[in-house]
Amino acid sequence: MFESLSNNLQAVFQRLRGRGRLTEADVDEAMREIRRALLAADVNVKVVRDFVDRVRARAVGQDVLKSLTPGQQVVKIVYEELTELMGGSQARIRMAPKPPTVVMLVGLQGAGKTTTAAKLALAFRQQNHRPLLVAADVYRPAAVDQLKVLGAQIDVPVFSLDGAGAVEIAEAGLGDAARRGADIVIVDTAGRLHIDDALMAELESMKKVLQPQEILLVVDAMTGQDAVHVAEAFHARLEVTGVILTKLDGDARGGAALTVRAVTGCPIKFVGVGEKIEPLEPFHPERMASRILGMGDVLSLIERAQERIDLEKAKEMEARMRSANFTLDDFQEMFRQVRNLGPLDQILKMLPGMNRVKGLENLDLNDRRFRRLEAIISSMTPEERRDPGILNASRRRRIANGSGTTVRDVNQLINQFEQVREMMKRLTGGGKRVGRRQAMNALRAMGGVPGLTGPGLPSFGGADAGPPRERVHRKKKKK
Amino acid sequence: MGLFDRFRKGLEKSRAAMADRLLSVFRGRKLDDSVFDEMEETLILSDVGVDTAAELVEAIRREARRRRIERAEDLPDVMVDVMVELLGPPAPMVENPDGPTVVLVVGVNGAGKTTTIGKLAHAYKSQGKRVILAAADTFRAAAIEQLMVWGERVGVDVVRQAQGSDPAAVVYDAIQAAKARRCDLVICDTAGRLQNKAHLMNELAKIRKVAERELPGAPHEVLLVIDGTTGQNGLVQARVFKEVVRVTGIVVTKLDGTAKGGIVFPIVREEGIPVKWIGLGEGMDDLQPFDPRMFAEAICRPETRV
Repeated sequence: MFESLSNNLQAVFQRLRGRGRLTEADVDEAMREIRRALLAADVNVKVVRDFVDRVRARAVGQDVLKSLTPGQQVVKIVYEELTELMGGSQARIRMAPKPPTVVMLVGLQGAGKTTTAAKLALAFRQQNHRPLLVAADVYRPAAVDQLKVLGAQIDVPVFSLDGAGAVEIAEAGLGDAARRGADIVIVDTAGRLHIDDALMAELESMKKVLQPQEILLVVDAMTGQDAVHVAEAFHARLEVTGVILTKLDGDARGGAALTVRAVTGCPIKFVGVGEKIEPLEPFHPERMASRILGMGDVLSLIERAQERIDLEKAKEMEARMRSANFTLDDFQEMFRQVRNLGPLDQILKMLPGMNRVKGLENLDLNDRRFRRLEAIISSMTPEERRDPGILNASRRRRIANGSGTTVRDVNQLINQFEQVREMMKRLTGGGKRVGRRQAMNALRAMGGVPGLTGPGLPSFGGADAGPPRERVHRKKKKK
Repeated sequence: MGLFDRFRKGLEKSRAAMADRLLSVFRGRKLDDSVFDEMEETLILSDVGVDTAAELVEAIRREARRRRIERAEDLPDVMVDVMVELLGPPAPMVENPDGPTVVLVVGVNGAGKTTTIGKLAHAYKSQGKRVILAAADTFRAAAIEQLMVWGERVGVDVVRQAQGSDPAAVVYDAIQAAKARRCDLVICDTAGRLQNKAHLMNELAKIRKVAERELPGAPHEVLLVIDGTTGQNGLVQARVFKEVVRVTGIVVTKLDGTAKGGIVFPIVREEGIPVKWIGLGEGMDDLQPFDPRMFAEAICRPETRV
């Protein structure tokens, strides 16, 4: 179902190409595709209508239809408009001229306010602020306990007051912040329906008492069409200053981001990724645009790689590769680095086009295969790891037994290792250029993901298959 | 307050919003394409999704022609019938005649699992059933405490272990306890998880396996809780959870707001999972068995009483 917009548009224009000049009706069809894509991503119907009008105006004005690749031109316009609409955001909290700065988190039930409060507090603590969390969710059972537990985890104090009302807690929380010398006060409020008049009035009273610099609306990235009502209602009563989009580590396209932005005009300040308490991440409009259009999120992938791959080790390994002293230990280190990027299935989803591969959602590319490879290498003696050449049948049997695998698995691993080493030699030898096939085989060996680098991304079913035999033979013949 | 009144009351706001639009679509107009286009848009606004909305409208158009309907005012009847047909007959909960019935409750984070379990426990306890809860959300901070508060409120026991322990072990304990205490129903809470996290989904499969092993036929029901405000991702949730733990029914929560819960239409259409319950608030009584006709009536025909 998640076919990307660019493909659909390309198809529309391709169909029309043969007919010579494009007409108004043809543009209409392209606009229908855009509308469909945005609706499938849960952008609100009304927001979509305005948006499509803007795109149409620009498309007509720029004579894209005369271009050789009108489909891509239109996608570019859509992408730019989306980015612009969601952009201008600053991932910053407005600070009070005189501390403490007060931040109020509001939203529907289950949007992720409590988790977000802790993440925000952690971000501030890491910037050497002294945050205080105020537990003002007095309705949901154990919500206060939840915030206390999270506060303890990240070493941020949590203020709570048993038996008190939310407004009272807010007031007392400010007093507590002054006593402790906290410079940031983050107030977690109870989730509530935007049409619950009494509870919305309670938020207004809290706002009066707290005089917050920021009122952040916490919105679940999976929200559908109703996001428009929620954002409107909260904004009308509280004058929201910003938005935090949560659960972005899921696979929702997140069209609600565009809806909320269009309705409130407030910047999306942060995004929440993952349930572990890690600092909130800044919002990137251009990435969100790609995501809504189903075009993958390469930038996030690159960033993650930069963050998680140990540069020192990578350099060291590179040096060793160049010296052709590439051992099984290095091979293992390579796996570890790739694994550090996160679960493989998530990484794959960030690649453009991958969201179109059927069955990927449930494919268990996770650590199992990696773990098996690690187990095999760990079952070798240091000597064997340095020089796999000494691995005779009896050693291989021992390794298979030791790692709970079969001799076939061990052989496969050795083959893969040999291929990678072969490629390293060629790369560093400065001699022949590495052929596409060798590079592909080596990549396969590294990730153990067959078909990933192959043309047309075939056969995702057999994640356990090794490199195809036939290709290994052919390579040998060449030698 | 009768069951239907409660349902009406809960859906009043959603109804009002949708009804206003539908009324303006239908009132005093001839049946032409623009009526159907607007109907389609209204359905999309309820999170029915582009494809399912198109299919529903097509079916409504066919049926209207068959019944020789000429005025737009008569369309709601047709809409209700077509929606009811799509949603299928009411699907009652499966019960285990010889021993405890095991119900596994799953879903993404913040869908309303724990609240739903509290309400389910209350509903069954009111029927005189002996209910036991399993606090198998051992991941989220204070999730166990939250379920215990519900246990106290409703007056049922909660089987638990420390936070961070193996959720499958909690389910195991709860089933053993249910057998020993001759309980009628074991309801297992699980940690919220996004369906694209393979390792968490594997954990869920394991929980299911443990239940299967401890009691033949268990879990008798696997309920997927879906937030009524969820958009098209709800369909992906249904698909993946169904594959991993064989979901037997959907619970749609938070329908007391302005959200319409239209995502149930594509879920029923494409995944064939029946909707079993709807949640209409945070009170103990705010969970009702799903009645397809009532649901469709409430959406399409706001003014007439059934």
